[in-house]
Amino acid sequence: MKTVIKQLTEAFGPSGYETEVTALIQSMVKEHVDEVKTDVLGNLIAVKKGSPDGRKIMFAAHTDEIGLVITHIDDKGFLRFGTVGGVGISTLVGNRVRFAGGAVGAIYQEKGSWKELTIDKLYIDIGAENKEDAQKKVKLGEFGIFHREFEDLGVRLIAKSMDDRVGCAVLIEALKKIDAPKNTLYFVFTSQEEVGLRGARTAAYGIEPDLGIALDVTLTGDMPEARRMDVSLGRGAAIKVKDSSLIAHPKVKDLLVDLAEEKQIPYQMEVLDAGGTDAGAIHLTKTGVPSGAISIPTRYVHTPSEMVDIRDVEACVDLVVALADKDLTSI
Amino acid sequence: MRDLIRAEIEPYVQEVKTDALGNLIALKNPDAPGPRVMLAAHMDEVALMIVGIEGNGFLKFRPIGGVDPRVLVAKSVVVGSKKIPGVIGSKPIHLQKPPERERAFTMQELLIDIGAKNKEEAERLVKLGECAYFTTKYEEFGHGKVKAKALDDRVGCDLAIRLLKEDIALSLIVAFTVQEEVGLRGAGVATYQAKPDIALVLEGTTASDVPGTDEHKHATTVGSGPCITVIDRASIPHPPLVQELFAIAEEEGIKVQVRRNTAGGTDAGQIQLAEEGVKVATIAVPCRYIHSPVSVMSKDDYEGAFKLAKSYLNRLQEREASR
Amino acid sequence: MEIKQVFRTLSESSGVSGYEHDLASTLQENCPWADEIKTDKLGNVIMLKKGQGTGPRPKVMLAGHMDEIGLIITKIEKEGFLRFGTIGGFDQRVLLAQEVVVHGKERLTGIIGAKPPHIQAPGEQGQAVKMDDLFIDIGFDSQEQAAKYVRVGDIATMKRDVLDLQGSIMAGKSFDDRAGVAAIFECFKVLEQVSHKADVYGVATVQEEVGLRGAITSTYGIVPDIGIAIDVGFGDSPGLPESDTIKLSQGPGVAIGPHVHPKVHARMVETAKEWNISYSSDPSPSPGGTDAYAIQVARAGVATILLSIPLRYMHTPIETIDYEDVKRTGRLMAMFIAGLDNEFVEGLTCF
Repeated sequence: MKTVIKQLTEAFGPSGYETEVTALIQSMVKEHVDEVKTDVLGNLIAVKKGSPDGRKIMFAAHTDEIGLVITHIDDKGFLRFGTVGGVGISTLVGNRVRFAGGAVGAIYQEKGSWKELTIDKLYIDIGAENKEDAQKKVKLGEFGIFHREFEDLGVRLIAKSMDDRVGCAVLIEALKKIDAPKNTLYFVFTSQEEVGLRGARTAAYGIEPDLGIALDVTLTGDMPEARRMDVSLGRGAAIKVKDSSLIAHPKVKDLLVDLAEEKQIPYQMEVLDAGGTDAGAIHLTKTGVPSGAISIPTRYVHTPSEMVDIRDVEACVDLVVALADKDLTSI
Repeated sequence: MRDLIRAEIEPYVQEVKTDALGNLIALKNPDAPGPRVMLAAHMDEVALMIVGIEGNGFLKFRPIGGVDPRVLVAKSVVVGSKKIPGVIGSKPIHLQKPPERERAFTMQELLIDIGAKNKEEAERLVKLGECAYFTTKYEEFGHGKVKAKALDDRVGCDLAIRLLKEDIALSLIVAFTVQEEVGLRGAGVATYQAKPDIALVLEGTTASDVPGTDEHKHATTVGSGPCITVIDRASIPHPPLVQELFAIAEEEGIKVQVRRNTAGGTDAGQIQLAEEGVKVATIAVPCRYIHSPVSVMSKDDYEGAFKLAKSYLNRLQEREASR
Repeated sequence: MEIKQVFRTLSESSGVSGYEHDLASTLQENCPWADEIKTDKLGNVIMLKKGQGTGPRPKVMLAGHMDEIGLIITKIEKEGFLRFGTIGGFDQRVLLAQEVVVHGKERLTGIIGAKPPHIQAPGEQGQAVKMDDLFIDIGFDSQEQAAKYVRVGDIATMKRDVLDLQGSIMAGKSFDDRAGVAAIFECFKVLEQVSHKADVYGVATVQEEVGLRGAITSTYGIVPDIGIAIDVGFGDSPGLPESDTIKLSQGPGVAIGPHVHPKVHARMVETAKEWNISYSSDPSPSPGGTDAYAIQVARAGVATILLSIPLRYMHTPIETIDYEDVKRTGRLMAMFIAGLDNEFVEGLTCF
């Protein structure tokens, strides 16, 4: 499991440019499912067929990560950039970025106070001596990501793009464990979540599931002087009640809680006051899809050092596996 | 309120009278020998006086007693002798700028809406100087808790009424006083007439045992028993009497607490100074959110207060009998 | 039951966005005018009153949202007090000292408290008490006691019975937008008395307060020709400029703006004049906040209009309306529907 997480989090995949990640996932899952396909927006859809009396469940974990895009190359070879998805300015200074073509650079700021820092005052230094040199290494409009390696701290792991490769890892591990499920399962590795839940929207339109479940990271409140939020690392899978994109369907939420209780899977309730997941897009598809989310508690989300607890990740896997065979007639 | 109490206590007392300020005074066994004991509780509650009627029929008001305007927003009230229902409205969130939400509403911005079409209709229903009261209903909830409006000091009135109904041979003067909330004004007058030797003031008092409050600022804690005041802004209750109450509590196994705050004042302040002076003590039931439309107390604390007052009166009576 | 009484029941019932299911049965039991009633996957209650004659018949969707804003428990403190967040937009300043119902394992009474004024720092008293500093007191003494009945993610609603003020003025919680739902019933009732060709889909929509979500999916399913959203609008009240408000007791505001089809608007105004139903003109340059906005862009597009029932003190537990305005709104819609035919509907795509 840790190996899968390491491979996924070290892959390159800013929103819209997820192919390296989807290719990797395809190689991991193709032996274990009945069908794998990609669609126009770059979603990877792996299907495990169920029995005729089962329903359609769409699980969604997004493959894209937040990143940067080059908007200008100056005469001295420094790059100016814009952000892809919700990148916090405070996470950038002194950090390294890796571009699609392989170039690596350092981010720094013009002179001035921290408080007044804006994206316009930051630049990337890719070690180019001048514009021509820079243009050999990168192109205008090229996408980049945080350049960071995966770290195994024992039960806790740090990496960039845990959001949401850890969700992808949960689905991959789960689908390996599931054999002949009752329900037909669509494991959708979605694109462009960070820029507006876009991949999930078109995927759900095509699948028309009876139940939608997003696997994504959520915030925690267990750090020093943290926001008030009753989610902690190590307390199990987080079952979503609401975020700004979704009020989990009460029956779906209850179903997940009952399932966790029944299978003795550790869980906690998640009330997130900001942020959204693919379930937000899925539940508004066509005439509506009852939806919910299983979240992986994660510290320092949207920084290069997102931290999860492997026990929580395993609890999420167990919950997905349990859901595969669950009778959904109540929903 | 006064009529309600009068009807309730009349069968149990020899005499009920009101005075020029509106205090209600009941005498039980007025001719009994021994010390005359006064029980005092105030009847008044926080209220909003109507001071103006706007052209469009909305009512302007000012509070009588200590009211934080922040607790008034979006509450319902009844206004005046006709008990006209009304609501206290405010500007909708949609039309506010974010900084506005950080600022408290002022009393001037709040108006009572009774649904009158215009000033004329409002004037037919409400007279200037009439008062609006909160409409919160009494309800038991949680772990032995009670919520109601005006627990300060309806809880004291209730204790006094219950004590009056008990079989007590002492000479009891029970004063249901007025205008406590605006400066302890009724109590002095009432005591002057009643000439007691000892007075027990029955109160609801502030409990601040809520999140965001340091423990040393809790003053009292709901559920830790009735509290005995050793000092407040208006009085230092008679120390031997205070000691006796603590001793009784210990012997009878009544959980009590000391009021851990020196602020605030009760009728005891005026009572102790009447004529040549009166021995006073205050037994209070801790209440959260007093001076708001809804306050909370513990039934156990209330029962404890009753038991403590009752035990004291019993002992006094025994002492008198054995004399 | 009289519709006003149904409205009262709806107002006093609980149905925070996403948790509207308890309201569905009240609607079903009290809607004798519908030929079919169904609840869709997100919980929208769709009540169909068929038109007369053979098809194809114009399809009109009436949308009033039944969800209300509410609170959600985010933490149980060790002393047993509950911390909360909001679902939908509450002004933090109206919450202090409100009574609430916490929908835990049982319905629990609660009171919203804050630290008492006398121990606040000087200067704090002129400031609003922040949402983060508020809590719900449910009368339990410890986390263990409270956790037997409540858990993180449980919903809380305002506890408030409907008040009758003067005349037909009423105050209460969640009039936004159960008054709109009542207007649909009033419309159905009038339609019993008049002949109408159009099929009328009365929809009590869900999750409006969190992003018009129920209207998005219900419109996709119904595919109406005309969509009428009935919501509440800012009633005239002290301190608000006249231009931002519509007057109570003078009928619905008839919106005009980017989310309103000009021909539907013109016909609505004509109808009001013809039948002598009072209304206010309601210019709405920024139309994002009601179901009309979602209905308009469903599938291939829908001709929409918004009718607003004037309401004072929006998003507080003492929202105030004149019930006569609800009746006027219902009657206006009914007469509008009675006048519809296929020709008018076909004209809607010709600009």
